[in-house]
Amino acid sequence: MSAIEEEDREVAAFPGQRPPRASVGSHRIEEEVFGKAYDPKTVRRIWAFVKPYQTKIYISVGAVLVFTATQLAIPLIIGRAIDSGMTQGGNTTNLLWAMVAFAVAVLFNFAASYVQETEVGKVAENVLFDMRRAMFAQLQRVSLSFMDKTEVGRLMSRLQGDVNSMQEFLETSVISVGDVVLLIGIVVVLLTLDFRLGLLTLSTMPILFIVRIFWLPPAKRAFWAAHETNSITAGAMAEGINGVRTVQNLDRQKVNFDLYDDKAYNNLLTQLTGSRYAQVMVPIVDSLTGIAMATVVVVGGSLVLNGGLEIGVIVAFLFYIQRFFDPIRSLTMQYSIMQRAMTSGRRITEVLDVPVSIADKPDAVTLTRDMDGSVEFKNVTFGYREDNPVLKNVSFLVKPGETVALVGPTGSGKTSAMSLVHRFYEVQSGAVMVGGHDVRDITQESLGEQVAMVLQEPFLFTGSVFDNIRYNKTSATLDDVIAASKAVGAHEFISRLPGGYDSVLEQRGANLSLGQRQLLSFARALVADAKILVLDEATANIDSYTERQIQKALLTLLEGRTGMVIAHRLATIRGADRIIVLQNGELIETGNHDELMEKGGLYSKLYNMNYASFDDIPDEVVAQANAKAAST
Amino acid sequence: MTTDKAGRVHSRGDARAHVAAAHAGKGQGPLLRISLYSLRHPWQASAAIGATIVASVLQLLIPRLLGHAIDQAQDVLSVGAAGAEQALFWSAMLLLGLSVARGIFTLLQNYYSESVGHHVGYELRLAFYDKVQRLPYAYHDKVHTGDLITMGLLDLDGVRMFFSTGLVRVVLLSVLIGVGAYMLLSTDFVLGLLALSFVPFVAWRSSVAQLTLRATWIMLQDKLSALTRVMEENLGGIRVVRAFSGQKFELAKFDVASKEALELSHERVGIRVRNTSAMTFSFFAAMGLVLWFGGNKVIAGEMSVGTLASFLTFMTILQMPVRQLGLMVNSFARASICGDRLFGFLDEPISIADEPGVPDLKVTKGTLKFDNVSFTYPGANHPTLDGVSFEAHAGETIGIVGAPGAGKSTLAHLIPRFYDVSGGHITIDGQDVSKVSLQSLRRSVAVVQQDSFLFTTTIENNIAYGDPWSKETKIEKAAESAQLHNYIMGLPAGYDTVVGERGVSLSGGQRQRLSIARSLVLKPAVMVFDDSTAAIDAGTEHRIRSAIRRYAKDRVTLVISHRLSSLLHADRILFLDNGKIVEEGSHEELLAAGGRYRALYDLQTRPTEDIEMGSAAQ
Repeated sequence: MSAIEEEDREVAAFPGQRPPRASVGSHRIEEEVFGKAYDPKTVRRIWAFVKPYQTKIYISVGAVLVFTATQLAIPLIIGRAIDSGMTQGGNTTNLLWAMVAFAVAVLFNFAASYVQETEVGKVAENVLFDMRRAMFAQLQRVSLSFMDKTEVGRLMSRLQGDVNSMQEFLETSVISVGDVVLLIGIVVVLLTLDFRLGLLTLSTMPILFIVRIFWLPPAKRAFWAAHETNSITAGAMAEGINGVRTVQNLDRQKVNFDLYDDKAYNNLLTQLTGSRYAQVMVPIVDSLTGIAMATVVVVGGSLVLNGGLEIGVIVAFLFYIQRFFDPIRSLTMQYSIMQRAMTSGRRITEVLDVPVSIADKPDAVTLTRDMDGSVEFKNVTFGYREDNPVLKNVSFLVKPGETVALVGPTGSGKTSAMSLVHRFYEVQSGAVMVGGHDVRDITQESLGEQVAMVLQEPFLFTGSVFDNIRYNKTSATLDDVIAASKAVGAHEFISRLPGGYDSVLEQRGANLSLGQRQLLSFARALVADAKILVLDEATANIDSYTERQIQKALLTLLEGRTGMVIAHRLATIRGADRIIVLQNGELIETGNHDELMEKGGLYSKLYNMNYASFDDIPDEVVAQANAKAAST
Repeated sequence: MTTDKAGRVHSRGDARAHVAAAHAGKGQGPLLRISLYSLRHPWQASAAIGATIVASVLQLLIPRLLGHAIDQAQDVLSVGAAGAEQALFWSAMLLLGLSVARGIFTLLQNYYSESVGHHVGYELRLAFYDKVQRLPYAYHDKVHTGDLITMGLLDLDGVRMFFSTGLVRVVLLSVLIGVGAYMLLSTDFVLGLLALSFVPFVAWRSSVAQLTLRATWIMLQDKLSALTRVMEENLGGIRVVRAFSGQKFELAKFDVASKEALELSHERVGIRVRNTSAMTFSFFAAMGLVLWFGGNKVIAGEMSVGTLASFLTFMTILQMPVRQLGLMVNSFARASICGDRLFGFLDEPISIADEPGVPDLKVTKGTLKFDNVSFTYPGANHPTLDGVSFEAHAGETIGIVGAPGAGKSTLAHLIPRFYDVSGGHITIDGQDVSKVSLQSLRRSVAVVQQDSFLFTTTIENNIAYGDPWSKETKIEKAAESAQLHNYIMGLPAGYDTVVGERGVSLSGGQRQRLSIARSLVLKPAVMVFDDSTAAIDAGTEHRIRSAIRRYAKDRVTLVISHRLSSLLHADRILFLDNGKIVEEGSHEELLAAGGRYRALYDLQTRPTEDIEMGSAAQ
C-alpha cells in the first residue's frame, strides 16, 4: 500500500483541531412540530379509540368540574367565615356553619380528584395500548411491498413516540377542561365579589397572556434545541460504545473524544439556554402576583375605609391571587401538546389506513396436509413496479417430492419466484398453483402451514432455543423439537449451551455463530413439517465443519418434501432433481446437471468458470457466457 | 471556557481536566462524591444555595406581610383613617418588592442549581466517554453494551440531577420548615402545631409513594422493553412471520407483553392517585382545624384576623415543597445507586495503557516475531495460546488455519495489544509491543475483523475512519483494491451515501470489503485478515488479494481463514490446534506431509455426495 502514495499522514495543525471528516454518532433530526392544533378529521379518528371509554370520560369531566368548583369554593368559604362572625366577640354558630361548608367542600374535593385522576390516567393508558395494538395488527395484515419500503425504525416511532404523545394529550386535555372552568370561575367570582377590585386585579392576567405569547415561540425552540442536542449526544455515546472495538482498532479515540466534546458542550449550552427560558417566567409571574396583591391591599384597603368592602373579601382575593396564573400557564402549554398530538394522530391514522392488498377470498379453501405438494408457475409475470417486470411469463412445474434448484445471476428473479409461492406479492398475470389450487384461492394461513420457508439470513427471536425452533407450532413438544434438532445436527451444540434447549438467545442469537443460527432455522422448518419447502441457501462462507453439517441437514430437510431451493453451492445444485436457470426474469434452461452440461448453454458455461457461486459472477462475464451460449 | 466563531470548543485542556477530575473523591460514598463534584463549580453552587436561602426567607415573609396588611385594613375601621391609608400603601409596596425579589431569587436558585447539574453532567459525560474508549477488549467482553449505554445515560442523569433535586431541595425544605415552624410556633404554639400537622404525614406518604413509584417504574421499563422487542423483532423478521403464518401467534405474543405492561401502568396510576388524594386531604383537614381553632381565638379576642390569614397563607406556601419531599428522597436513593455504578465504572483500572514516557514504535525492516507466546482469557482454566513462536518478515504472507476455538483470532488480537500476552513476547523489529506507545503500535498494525462496525456516516468517512485527514484519491484507491469502488459508484450518492444504523444497509460481504478498505488507508506495517473475507465470494476475494499483493512487499500479512483456497498463496501456513502450532510449511509441503492440514483439505474439496457414498477421493 505504501507504494500507492508516499505522503505522510497529515497531522492536525494544532491540538484539538477537528479533522475534515468529522463524524461521531448519528441522530435523525426530527422536524419541529408547529402544525395545526386542531384537525377535525384526525380528532374524529382518535375519538373512535376513546369512544369505548366514553362513560368514563364523562365521569372524569364531571369530576373535574366538581373538583374545580371546590377549588373555587374554599377561599370563598374562608372569606365568609371571617366576615360572618370572626370579630372579637363574634358569633360561633356562624363559624360552625362555615366549618361544615368547608368540610363538605374538602370531602368533595377529595372524592372528585380521586375519581378524575384514576379514570383519566387509566383511560389514557388503555387508549394508548388499544391504538398500538390496532397499528400492530394492521402491520400484520398489510402486504410485504409496504413493509419493503418502510423502515422498521420509522414504524417503531409510530408505535411508540406518536402513541405516547397521544396519551399525553388525552391526560392533559381533561385537565385543561378543568383549567378553563377554573379560569372562568375565578374571573366570575372576583367580579361578583367586588366588581371594581376584581377588574383591577384581573387586569394583570392579559399581561401574562401577552408575555407568554411572545415568550412561547423562542422558548419552544430553545427547549427543542436542548432536547435535540441531548439526543445527539446520547446517539454519539451509544455509537461510541457499540463500535468501541473498531474505534480502538483504528486508533480513533482522540479524534472521537474531541468530536464528542463538541457535541456534549453544545448540549450544555443549549440546556443552559433552555433553563434560562424556563426560569425567566418565574420573576414575571411573581411580579404580576405582587402587583395584584399590592392592588388588593391598597385599593381594597381604601374600599374598606369607605365601608364598601369587608375584610373577608380581601382575604378571599388574596387566596385567589395565589393560584391565579396556574391555569394560564397550563393552557398555553396545552396548545403545544395539541399541536404535537395532531401530528402524531395523523401519522397513526396513516399506518391504520395502509390498504391491505392481499386478503383471503371469502370462499378461500384451506390447504391440508393431504394435498399433492406440487408447485406450478403458469405464465407468471410479476414486478415490484407495474412497468418493470422481474419475472416474465415464467412457467414450470415442480412435481410432488421433487427437488428443484433455481439458479441464475443476481437479479434474475429467483427470490421473487420464491416469494410468490408464499403469496407475499400478487402476480401481475398468470397464476401460481400450490397443490393444484391458485394461491389466491387458498387461505393465507393454511398456505403458510403447508409451505415452509428458510431464508438466506436466519432470523431468530429473543427467547429460548426451544421457543425459536417451535415458533408458532405450539403443538410441538420438547421431544419433537429435539428430534428435529438431531435430524439437522443442531442437537449437539444446543446441548452444550449452558441451559440446553432453555438457553435464552440474546439479541436475536448474536451469541451463536452464523452456521449455528442456520441450523436452528432448519430445525424450525422441520418442526413446521410442511409439505413444500422453499429455501434460499446462504452465500456466506461458513467454516468447513459446520458447512458439512448444513449440507447434510439440507438433505434431511428435503426428504419426502417438494423442494424449491435457490442454490448457490455447486454441491446443492448438482444434487437437485432438476435445475431451472433464470436470467433477467426469463426461464432459459431446465434439466438435470448432466443434461444441462451436455446442452452446453449458459449453465455449462458458468459452471465451467469455477466461481463458487453463480450470484457473484460479474455481469459482463455473464454477458460473455450468454453470447457464447447463443453462438453455439 | 470559550467558544470560537464556529461555535466549537477549543479548550481541550479543560476537557482533559474534566476527565482527570472524575477520580476526585475516590473511595468516598457516592453521595459525598457527587457533592464534591458539584463543588467544582463553587461559584455557581454557592449562588444556587445562597439564592435558595434568600428565596425561601422571602417566601416566608409574604404571609406575614399579608396578615399585617389585613390587620391594618381592619384597623382602618376601628382606629380611623388617619395615617392608615399611608401605612397600607407602604405595606403594599413592600409586598410588591418582596414578590419581585422572591421571583428573582427563585430564578437564580433554579437556574444555578440546574446549571451546576448540567455542568456536572457535561464533565461526567466526557469522563465516561473517555473511559469507554480506553477500557480494553477484556472489559468490553464481559460487560454488555446495553448496560454501558444505560449507565452513560440513565445513571449519569441520576447523578447529574442530584444537586438540584436533592441537595438544593434539602436547603429549601430546611429553611422553609425550620424558619416557618419557628415563626408559627412563636406566634401561637397550639395553632402553629395544628398548621404544621399535615407536614409529617405528607412527607411520609410522599416519600413512600416516590420510592414505590420508582420501583414500579423500573419494572414497567422492563415490561415496555419486552414489548418493544416483540414489535421490533416482528417487524424486522416479518418475512419469517409471514412464511410460517405466524401473525396470530405474534399478536398473541404482543397481547401478553402488552397486557403485562398495561397492568403495571394501571398499578402506577393507582399508587399515584391514592397518595396525592390522601396528601391533599390531610392538608385541607389541617387547614380546617386551623380555621376552627383560629376562628374561635379571633372571636375570643386572642388573635387578629390578619394573623389567622397569615397562618393559612403560610400553609398554602408550604404545601407544594412538602409534597415534593418524596422527589428529594427519591433523588437521594437514585443518586446513591446510580453514583455507585457510575463511579465504579469510572474507577475501573485500565489494564492496557501506556507507561509514562514510552517511546513510539519505529518500524524499520518490518519483522514480526512471536516468541513463546501464551495467553489465557481472564477466568478461563486453559490457555488459549500455548507457547506460540514464529517469525514473519516484510513481504511475507502467513496463513493461519485451525478448528474454531483453536486460538486464531486471539493470536491476531494480541499483536495490537487488544489483550496483553500472559507469557512470552511479541516484537516488531525487536521492540516489544508492550513497551511502545499504544497509538504508534495500533497505527502500524491493522486487524481487519470479521464483523466490523459501520458508523452512521458517509461511506467516505467510514473508509477514512482511522485517518480522517487522508486524501480522497487515497480513499478511492483503497476502495478499488477492496473491490468496493464499483459498488459505491453505483449508489445514487456515491461516496457520500450514508450507511450504518440509520443509513443504507450493506450486506455482510460489502461490510467486510469496506473494513478491508478502512485498513488499507492506514498503510500498516502488519496487516491481519481475521477471517475477514468469510462473506465475500471466492472470485472477489481473489481479486482483492491480487490487488493488495501488489503493495504488500514491505508489509507482513497474516491471513486467518476457514477457506483453504484463501491460503493457497501464503508463503507459509501455520496449523493451530488447541493453542499450539502443530504443523507449519507451505501449502504443497503440508499437503505432502499428509497430516491435519491434508485431512482438512480433503474435507473441503470433495463434494458431499462422494463422502455419503463412501467412495472417497479417487
